This record gives sequence, C-alpha cells and structure tokens, in this order.
Amino acid sequence: MLAISIQIAFALVTAAVAMSFWRLLRGPDAPNRILALDTLYINTIAILVLLGIHLGSALFFEAALLIALMGFIGTVALCKYLLRGDIIE
Amino acid sequence: MLDFLLSILVLTGASFAFIGSLGLIRLKDLYTRLHGPTKATTLGVGSLLIASAIYFSIYSEQISLHEFLITIFLFITAPVSAHLLAKAALHLGLPSLAEIPKAEEADQTEMTETVQTGATEAFEKNERIGSDNASPDEKARPAESKSITKTPRTPDQTQS
Amino acid sequence: MTRLLPHPVLTPVLVLIWLLLNNSINTGQILLGLIFGWAIPVLTIHFWPEAVSIRKPLVLLRYITVLFHDIIMANFTVARLILGNPDKLHPIFIKVPLDLTSDLAISLLANSITLTPGTLSARLSDDQSYLLVHALNETDPDTLVATIKQRYENPLKEIFESC
Repeated sequence: MLAISIQIAFALVTAAVAMSFWRLLRGPDAPNRILALDTLYINTIAILVLLGIHLGSALFFEAALLIALMGFIGTVALCKYLLRGDIIE
Repeated sequence: MLDFLLSILVLTGASFAFIGSLGLIRLKDLYTRLHGPTKATTLGVGSLLIASAIYFSIYSEQISLHEFLITIFLFITAPVSAHLLAKAALHLGLPSLAEIPKAEEADQTEMTETVQTGATEAFEKNERIGSDNASPDEKARPAESKSITKTPRTPDQTQS
Repeated sequence: MTRLLPHPVLTPVLVLIWLLLNNSINTGQILLGLIFGWAIPVLTIHFWPEAVSIRKPLVLLRYITVLFHDIIMANFTVARLILGNPDKLHPIFIKVPLDLTSDLAISLLANSITLTPGTLSARLSDDQSYLLVHALNETDPDTLVATIKQRYENPLKEIFESC
C-alpha cells in the first residue's frame, strides 16, 4: 500500500515541479521568476525525501538539507538584488 | 496499520505540494501567488518529512529525527523569503489586484533614488525583452519597451 | 557569567541542532555539541546585538501550540481558495499598527502572520509603527487586525517585553 501511495505522490510532486517550471519560464517579471525558483527548490526537497523512502536510503537527507540551505540563500540574495541593485553592500 | 498512516502522510504531503504549485498557475497576481508556496508547500514538505522520520525510525535500527531539522528550517525560512519577495515586488511597483496603500507608493518614490534605480530599471527592461520574445501574445507592454525590442533588428536591416 | 555564557538560550539550541544533525545521542556527540554550543556564542559575541530573554516560557509554549494549530488550518483554507474560483477572491492590503518595540518580537510576529490563514506580511514601515499585510481573501479588515493583535501580538508582548 505504501509503495502505491509513493508512486502517486511521485506523480503529484513531479506535476508540481512542472508547474513551477512553467511559471519560471513564463515570468512575466523578476519577482515571479524568483517565486517560481523558491517553489521549485521546495518541491525538489519533496522529491528527494520521497526517493529516500522509496529506496530505503537515508543518504538523501544530506542532499535535501543542502538544497534547503542553498535555496533559501539564493532567494534572499536575488531579492536583495532587486531591492538594492547590489548583493553585497 | 503503520503503512496506512505513512500512506496518509505521504499523500497529504504530496497533495499540498501540488496545490501550492497549482496556485502559481491559477492565481492572477504576484501577491496572491505568494500565498500558495509559503503555506501549502511548507506543510506539504513538512508532512513528507514526518513520514520519512517515522519510516526510518521503524525500519532502521536507530531512531531517526534529523528530518525535523529540515522541517524546522523550512518553517523559519519560508516566511522570510515570502516577506522579501513581497517587499521587492512593492519596491518595483508590480501590478496588484488589491489596492496598494498610497503611503507605500510614496515610500517607493523616496526609496527609488540614486544609483539603485539604474540597476533595477536595467534589470526590468532585460526582463521585458526576454518575455516579449518568449511570448508575443502577452498583454500590451508600455511603449518604451517596444522601442527597445526593435533595436536588435536594425543591425540586420543594415546588413541586408 | 555574562562573558562565559553570553546567550543562555542559544547554547541548548545549538546542542540540539548538533545532535539532530548527527542523528545520535552518544556521550561523545553530546560532549562535542556542548563544546560547540559554548564556543560559538562566545566567539561570535560581537554579531549578537541584544541578548534574548524569554520571560514567560509557558506562554511561549502555548503560543507555539496555537501557531501550529493555525498553520494546519491555514493550509486547508488556502488549499480550498486555490482550488476554488480565482476570480472570486478578494485580496486586500491592510495596515496593522504595531505595539511591539523589540526587533525579535516584530520579526516573530511577521513570520507568524505569513504562516497563518491567508495573510502575508509585505512590508514593515521605516519607523516600525505598522506592518503592511496582504490578505488573500478578506472582506472585513477590522476584524482581521483585531484577531492578529489579540491572537499573536499580545502573547508576544508578554513573552519578550516586560510591561
């Protein structure tokens, strides 16, 4: 039963990634694209966690943690750029 | 029984992640779109991570709690990035379905002085050119961006 | 005392994070975590402008419970709004006047607002006198302001600001 629901969950999260990717390509402006990137990295964490359960391996945890850290820093840096026109003041 | 609980957690998590991203497509302006990812996605990934913690605690020898680290981290960072995005959008004066209070617009004009404006405007124009090329059926752009999109064509004409 | 242990709240948090990161509760890891938990606040003392003091831990605990309940409810509300007709939404910007003065309390309030039902903190005014909040679907701004003040701001004021 768990195997089937993980398959369904994979389908749902992949659709979520596809939708955020659509918003990333479509724009129409910078904040919308950053928002799409933000959603994209959170969905990627979801996929990695699912993959971890599916394959029964705890190794994916580190990757998910790193993506969470880097994604947040990336979003903040891009927003700072829009607000200030500069990342490091 | 345990399988049932895990399946419920996994499916709710994935559904919330799906709905959060669906909001990106269905909603009409940036400020409403921000609501989808910040809420739906945090709980979505949160319940997936709890499912993972339960799964590994039971099927491996030791108790596995490190998934909660990601959950806590996401719950702290998601509102921060949403706040910064909303702030950036207000700063750039993005169109909104809701009426933006007057004082904020005044604040913007005070803030958009000096060197900052040059960089952000250049960035905005680049964005417009990019999206114009990508989708010609987009709504009408301001007149100035049309003149910019024409400029790349002139070298071609001189060559021919 | 203040030089040896500048941030009494930060140290246990760091130990906990270290143990979670290593996913074990060996004696060795606890010791190493304690060393890090002591050394990091001492070495980075200049980066921390104000010491955090929690005046009423029980109120904080209740606040966290209320917040988690609201977050789960918020998710269902927002999911229903997204799946419904987007044209029927009534988004609005609301100014929430602030009584809080400490930076930490204000940022916690802004975070709580963003995580809960259909609201999003968009901007803090330069003089920290009000918070601009965007609501996804709200027709009654006054009730929302009252709810935010009563449900989140008052407990935060109790926890972080003596009055």
